Amino acid sequence: MGLPSATLLAQSVLSGVFIGALYGLLGLGLSLSWGLLRQINLAHFALAFLGAYLCYQLAGAGVDPLLTLLIIVPAFFALGVALQWLFARFDISAFNSLLVTFGLTVIIEAAIQSIWTADFRRLESVYGNAKFKLGVLYIPVPELLTLLLALALSLAIWAALRFTDLGRAMRAAAEDGPIAAAFGVNQPALALLLSGVCAALAGVAGVCIALSYTLAPAQIYAWIGVVFAAVMMGGLGRALGPIVAGIVIGVSEAITMAVTAPSWAPLVSFSLLIVVLLARPGKVQ
Amino acid sequence: MMNAIRRIATGTLALVGLSLLAAGTSWSAPSGTPIRIGSTLALTGPLASTALVHQIVGQIYVEQVNKKDGLLGRPVEWIVKDDQSKPDLARTLYEQIITVDKVDLLMGPYATGAILSAMGVAQRYNKILIHHTFGIPSLAKYDAQFPTWSLGPDPATTFPNTLFDAVAALPKPPKTIAIVTSKFPSVHFMSLGAREVAKKRGLQEVIFLEWDFGNREFGPIAGRVKDAKPDLVWVGAIGLEGNQLLDAMKKIDYAPPLHFHMYPAPGPMVVAPEAKNALAATIFEEHPPFTNNPGAAEFVKLFNERATKAGLPYTGVETQAAASYSAWQVLDAAVTATKSLDDKVLADWLRKNRVDTIQGKLRFDGPSNYGDDLMRLKQVQNGRWVTVWPKSVAAPGATLMTN
Repeated sequence: MGLPSATLLAQSVLSGVFIGALYGLLGLGLSLSWGLLRQINLAHFALAFLGAYLCYQLAGAGVDPLLTLLIIVPAFFALGVALQWLFARFDISAFNSLLVTFGLTVIIEAAIQSIWTADFRRLESVYGNAKFKLGVLYIPVPELLTLLLALALSLAIWAALRFTDLGRAMRAAAEDGPIAAAFGVNQPALALLLSGVCAALAGVAGVCIALSYTLAPAQIYAWIGVVFAAVMMGGLGRALGPIVAGIVIGVSEAITMAVTAPSWAPLVSFSLLIVVLLARPGKVQ
Repeated sequence: MMNAIRRIATGTLALVGLSLLAAGTSWSAPSGTPIRIGSTLALTGPLASTALVHQIVGQIYVEQVNKKDGLLGRPVEWIVKDDQSKPDLARTLYEQIITVDKVDLLMGPYATGAILSAMGVAQRYNKILIHHTFGIPSLAKYDAQFPTWSLGPDPATTFPNTLFDAVAALPKPPKTIAIVTSKFPSVHFMSLGAREVAKKRGLQEVIFLEWDFGNREFGPIAGRVKDAKPDLVWVGAIGLEGNQLLDAMKKIDYAPPLHFHMYPAPGPMVVAPEAKNALAATIFEEHPPFTNNPGAAEFVKLFNERATKAGLPYTGVETQAAASYSAWQVLDAAVTATKSLDDKVLADWLRKNRVDTIQGKLRFDGPSNYGDDLMRLKQVQNGRWVTVWPKSVAAPGATLMTN
């Protein structure tokens, strides 16, 4: 087997960065929900695909796919708030949240299948075929948009958690709820807000999925493994962690595919996770 | 007086005639205890998009047969359960269909894994299993299983030869080939077969790559194929994988001169601009001579209507729907010919007889009950699938095109 050309290698790294950004964007809401709300929200993936299908539907009615964010983000924020209200109302524990959100995933999948059928759906938009050339490298616009959105949202949330009173209160409530409450932190209200943000992030990830991928209801489950790996490598509740870990995984997968047998690529994410767990015990949550 | 008698006699005869006609109509409608046919389909899960085609086909057949005489004069009832695309669940459900629902006959589920599961159960209860989408003939060991997807007993050799015969007839035949394939079992063994056949025919393999089913990222694979500069790309893909690879190729401004896809999702591929001139295997397309086969034209019309109503993005009849409808035709033919629901009688009859189906005459007397290889080559041309090889079944005016 000969060595890959420099162009092939560079293009593959770029592909890895793009898909890694999507891993990171999908992982961002999951990480915040797991780290700060103590909820392992499997329904995050189903919400992302619901967002993707809504984008597909609205774009089919003539709305620009990016403008669908103006509808999807607030709608999903409200959905996230409603879900958190129900979780709080029934006092669902972290472990039970895994089961409940799995059930919710199945319900959302069934609803998607009922509305859009199990057949494949592909969003056709002006962005679909848009690309430009930078030197010898091709830059597809939908993937570039995903990268930019993922970076912008990760940085914005990182800054909000680090530099604002609201962010500090969220971190304090996650660290020690009763003490935070004693200092006047309104934990239930913050949980509602955070859940809304996580659901809205799922909606944004959904729009990015719709821009680049063909949709089918069962694909909800295809992303779970690799995104969980990115979330765990990036650290729970950390805003920049998922995108950094996602890009590391994406690039490693792409280089594996460019240099060796592509069928080895799926081993990469979990191998990396194990390496990180061994190299930095206690640092990966 | 004689006139009056004649009028009364004529009137009486007319009344008797009308009564007989009326009675005759009621005799032809199916009556009695329904014949229950049981099966599972992957109504949810990753295979659901294609299983939906089989569900529509089954419904069409049951409606058609019940509008006529039913089977043996009895109405037909189809019991279909959702195996969720899980072969292990299909096994349990077939057990349930036989022992709890106590069906008279079985119909196969969708896809190789589930069919293999159902085959084991059918064998345990000595039931015949007619199935429509089993991809690896060598694994079909049960002597009362009958395939209606006419792959032939050794498709990993016969089909690559069909493809290579077709491209060899081009003014500029390909000299080099890239074989890239999913490791999904029913396409992987075909790709390995294609490697062997290509080698024997003197086609130089410039690259061979495998990916795991469920792969999301095709960019590096597309890049490696582009660098290898093959004349022909064999894509051992199932479902969306072919589209994903072509999409990745488009992003790096590459279009292979000739590209073949094993089992693509027909809808997404036919509408994708980058899939222009994509080749794929088929047993039936919506044009003559296929539509001249018994029942084909009526079935195509009905399927188009139902698929549109069900909201399927691709409403045409191709391999999946044709193999599925053929399975019902084969079951119907065996029951009608033998006037029996006895599994042994039906199996014996099927082994000895050929059955007319919409894909042509099927026989079940070869290895693993497989008959002739009726796999053809189709191509995306002007936004529709048309058969291009062999010439005897090519769509009117259609010839093999290159990019």
